[in-house]
Parts: sequence; C-alpha cells; structure tokens
Amino acid sequence: MKDFSREEIDYVLDAAEKLEPVARGEERSRLLDGKIISLLFFEPSTRTRLSFEVAARRLGGQVLNLGSVEASSVMKGENLADTIRVISKYADLIVLRHPLDGSAQMAAEFATVPVINGGDGSVHHPTQTFLDLYTIRRESHLEGLKIAIAGDLKYGRTVHSLCHALSLYGAEMTFVSPPELRMPSEIVRGLRKQKIRVKETDSLEDIIEDVDVLYMTRVQRERFPDPDEYEKVKNSLRVTGDLLKAADPNLKILHPLPRVNEIAPEVDETPHACYFEQAFYGVPIRMALLALAMGVIE
Amino acid sequence: MNEKRDLKIQAIENGTVIDHITAGQALNVLRILGISSAFRETISFVMNAPGARGKKDVVKIEGKELSIEELNRIALISPKATINIIRDFKVIQKNDVVLPSYVEGVVRCTNLNCISNSSEPIKSKFSVLQSEEEGVSLHCLYCEHVISEELAENLL
Repeated sequence: MKDFSREEIDYVLDAAEKLEPVARGEERSRLLDGKIISLLFFEPSTRTRLSFEVAARRLGGQVLNLGSVEASSVMKGENLADTIRVISKYADLIVLRHPLDGSAQMAAEFATVPVINGGDGSVHHPTQTFLDLYTIRRESHLEGLKIAIAGDLKYGRTVHSLCHALSLYGAEMTFVSPPELRMPSEIVRGLRKQKIRVKETDSLEDIIEDVDVLYMTRVQRERFPDPDEYEKVKNSLRVTGDLLKAADPNLKILHPLPRVNEIAPEVDETPHACYFEQAFYGVPIRMALLALAMGVIE
Repeated sequence: MNEKRDLKIQAIENGTVIDHITAGQALNVLRILGISSAFRETISFVMNAPGARGKKDVVKIEGKELSIEELNRIALISPKATINIIRDFKVIQKNDVVLPSYVEGVVRCTNLNCISNSSEPIKSKFSVLQSEEEGVSLHCLYCEHVISEELAENLL
C-alpha cells in the first residue's frame, strides 16, 4: 500500500465510483469481455474471493478458480514461482492470496500477466485498505477526518496499512485498544513524525462523542494466554446501542468483518452501521483494480 | 616492536587487503564476501590487532581483486573498513567502503514468514537505509520487515 501516493489512491477511488452502478447490477459492462481472471487462493478467504469473482463477472470476465490446494500441484511439491509461471500462460490476470509475507511481490516478478495482491501473509491486504478508504469517502469524508480505530491494533494487518493511507489525507486518529494489543510504537512514532494527531486510549466511551468514523476490528481469542483476560477485553470493546446515545448523529461504524462480539446486533439497524455496505464496496473497488490492471480503463 | 607486529601477517604480492575492520568481524567479512573453504587462494587475517584508532581486524586475500560492489557489502557490518588493492606488493588503489543502497542474497530476512525464507527460487532483497538515530537498517523488498540489529548474525 505504501507504493501508492494520495493521487493514485484517489484515482482508484474515482474509478470505483464510476463503476458502482455496474457493481449494483443497475448497468451492464463488457470491460473484461473475453478476459480470464485467475483466482489463486492458497488460504481460505470467502469474502475477498467472492467479491473478486463478482467484480470480474460484473465486468463480463471469466473466472478461473484454483480449487483446493490439496488437489493441486502444490501438494506435489510445486513451488509458487512455477505455479505463477504456468497460470500466466492460461489467464490474463492473477489474483493471489497466500499465507507467506511478500508472496505477491515475488509472484509479480515471475508472472507475465498483471498480479493483484488479494492478501499475503500477515502484512498486506491492499484491496481491503482501498475498500476501507472508499467506504469512508462514500459514507463520511476523507478530508479533515476524525477516526477512531479500535480492537486488535497490534496484530491487525488491515489497520496498519489503513493508518498509513489515512495519514496521506491528514486524518486525526485515535487508537482504542487494551494495553496488550496497542498499536506498535514505531507506527505511532511514524505518524507523529508526519504531524498526524494521534491519541491512544482503552475506552470507547472516551472517544465516541468526537469522531466521524469508528473502525472496529475483531479481537482474537488466541492472542490471550489467559481466557479471563480475553473475556474482560471482549466486553470492554463492544459497540452497543447505549454507547451510541452519546455519538454524533453522523457517526459511521465500519468493520472489515467477520465480527464476533464487538458490535451488538441492535447497532445493525441504526444509521451508524456501515459494515455491510462496506462489504459491498469491495466489489466496485475490485472492479476498478481489475479494470486498471488490465488497462481497459484509464 | 613494530617489526614483531608486522610478522603476524605477511605482505601480499597481488590481491586485496581489507583494513580497519571492526574488531571481531573478520570472519563475518569473509562470509559476506562469500569466501568459504572452497576458496583456493591464500587468505590470512588478524583479529583484535592494536591500531591507532583502537583494536581492529585485517583480512588479506591473495590473488584476487574483489569488485567494489562485493567489497561495499562489508559496510553493512564494518562501516569504517578500508580496501587496498595490491599489485606487485604495492597499493595501487585505496578506498573506504561505501554503504550500498541495495543488497541481494547477502542477509537473511528475520521475518520467518517471509517468502524469501521459503524454498522459492529467489534471493533475499533489501534496500539499505542509514539514519543518525537508528544507524544502518535493511528493509526487505518482499515483506517490508526492517532489520536494524543483528545483521552479522543473519548473513547468508
């Protein structure tokens, strides 16, 4: 994500906005007519895979799925470099999801067709960041944004690149997390160096009155050696109807999904809830990225 | 006294002398240059030799003039080292090592989940940065992991 300037990000978001009627099925497009998009997913990821598949189909493209890793040549010991070289001969574009960090970068070196990173290892998931930014732009505003990011800020891969991208827009950021899962200090330092206003707290009550967007993330049980500690944190970082009584009426709540306990079901029906629309915005964003990578839009 | 000290390591006829190596790093210098037991020429080195600027290591490699690119890798672990190219017992060229901006296949990424640590047919790749606060740091071009300590321990 760090490869993109603010102008380039805006360019992708603008392209997504133009394609939104196609993503909603209101208009038809043949932009990827005759093109084959290969989805190489080496680990499960229903949402990302499905939204790429929908994006390709909405643009008139054909989708080639790898199928299960167990049944493929990977189980026979083929390395990723060879797999990429072979798939490059079959498809016009590769979307890769892989458990190792940096695998998309390597794939791009071996591929003879464009590669889109659908999430590699624990560090990168750029299309998620694009769709988060797009959701914020569509449902709130990127300019002069005050955002709180809550949950697992230590390990959450999407929040680190989201912070970097938001810093390009000068957003004011508040990080809400239990002490064990705080944002890594080098990221906080880096943001402050860029003159970004950053606050840290462990309570949603402290911030709810004063933010435009609340970005929730899941706190995973396996991060806590002590189950009691997990229970305590799980209940302290929870968005409820009660909490939202103090919120700005225009507050929007985002979540990359799946959620577990961190947003109470009663919130879904409020105008604050944006997370299902956010999941939809993954489609126009991925359509824009596919079309741009294939060079069928400028 | 000087005479005695000089006897520890002979002058070489042709080759490369790497001087002012950070004390204790001579073996790592050989590693970083890819010089292993398969190397057939004479190599001699002194560790912890007293010098005007404190203790230092010196490595002499006979019969081989290493390229500037190879030699500059030494700056990763010994930024004050100097390189002397010797021909016919004379120093014909003397340079300080210069920190390279990019290194490939020299250091192992310390992120165990990095693709460069797998069995893929690739070499590790890093951009090299230097700042006053943090010294030398390597930024993995695959996984973006940053290595700023233990460079010598992670030489390939």
